[in-house]
Amino acid sequence: MTPTEVLKAQELVYELKIGDIMTRRLITVSPETTMREVKQVLRDHRISGLPVMRDEHLVGIVSIEDLIRALEANELDAEVNTYMSSLVRTVGEGESAVRALSAFGRAGVGRLPVVDDDGRLVGILTPGDITRGVLRALERAYHEEELRKYRVRHVFEDIASDRTSLILRYDIPVRDFNRAGRASSQLKQTLVRLGIDPRIVRRVAIVSYEAEMNIVIHSTTGGNLVAEINSELIAVLAYDSGPGIEDVKAAMQPGWSTAPDWIREMGFGAGMGLVNIKATADEMHLDSWPRRGTKLEAVIYLKPGEGKTGHETE
Amino acid sequence: MKLSEIARALDLRAVAGAARLETDVTGGYASDLLSCAMAGAGKGNVWVTLQGHLNVVAVASLNELAAVIVTEGKPVSADTASKAEEEGVVLLQTPLSTYQVIGRLWDLGVK
Repeated sequence: MTPTEVLKAQELVYELKIGDIMTRRLITVSPETTMREVKQVLRDHRISGLPVMRDEHLVGIVSIEDLIRALEANELDAEVNTYMSSLVRTVGEGESAVRALSAFGRAGVGRLPVVDDDGRLVGILTPGDITRGVLRALERAYHEEELRKYRVRHVFEDIASDRTSLILRYDIPVRDFNRAGRASSQLKQTLVRLGIDPRIVRRVAIVSYEAEMNIVIHSTTGGNLVAEINSELIAVLAYDSGPGIEDVKAAMQPGWSTAPDWIREMGFGAGMGLVNIKATADEMHLDSWPRRGTKLEAVIYLKPGEGKTGHETE
Repeated sequence: MKLSEIARALDLRAVAGAARLETDVTGGYASDLLSCAMAGAGKGNVWVTLQGHLNVVAVASLNELAAVIVTEGKPVSADTASKAEEEGVVLLQTPLSTYQVIGRLWDLGVK
């Protein structure tokens, strides 16, 4: 596995619910069952441990290790309750698989009974169940993302025209700092799925984020972010309908900003937004009409040599 | 160096993304201005800042940062933490100042 896949696997262990990966087929014995019968049940079902139940209540676990002790003592006719472990640690079916992993690590047991919200036994979990669950989820996630990438990449090949463009439009609400950056995130995700070079994706992300934040911070009624993607370039167009920039030349100076103090306190309004866009994009055009609105267009070329190698810091 | 080693050495508290501490850290960046972090912090960097609000998550996610270290015990809201969790962004908190954090990171070899 690559490092990203390892990371993904770790995340999945947090996301997976014990109830989704446990074994539901419950084979149980009573405290009065003999160890001889236990031996037979373990062998028949090829399992290594059994929950011990009395009147629908979990009272213990009897495992192959207990069976070996009974065999050594030549006490196969003894009842389960003399050999089982009765201090039983359980896990909840709604809990994350990572809880079970740490329980396995600490308790040194090979299986954990799984209970529902009312404490009723609903399944059994072994470390093998976790491994299988993670592998299945990993495969599922991988296939889903690959399928998405495949579909998106083939859009350009499957559509016949002299020039095909993909146009993405985003509505940017004004002063909504809770959703700010959403358009740029979605645009970035689309570019990744299209298989665009990560260095280009980063440059588009810088441009679109700054343009998006300008609309969030400064516009009167919000605005739009439009990205056009074709085989040669990515163009980001951001426009709003006011208030317009009084002095465009001043606005292009590093550090020049009209943002109010409360916005500056959040770390915005440093007067670097337009400067960053200009430094990052291959082309930038800014038009603004006081009281009527602002239109910003930035272009980034996909082919190397045609534009800047970027504003790279790595 | 792994993020988990840094978190241990500096005794940082994971507010979000505790499952993503095994990433490699490629370097660091410090600023409280979001535009500067947007342009200056590279993929896999840790970003040291006083800002603990929601918009930090967008910058970290867009730049694929290894983590954001929020300094001087600045509170991180539950909204911010859950957004970070959703976006796969690691948020680490410390009572240390930005200056102290950077000094310790430098000593650890994060350059």
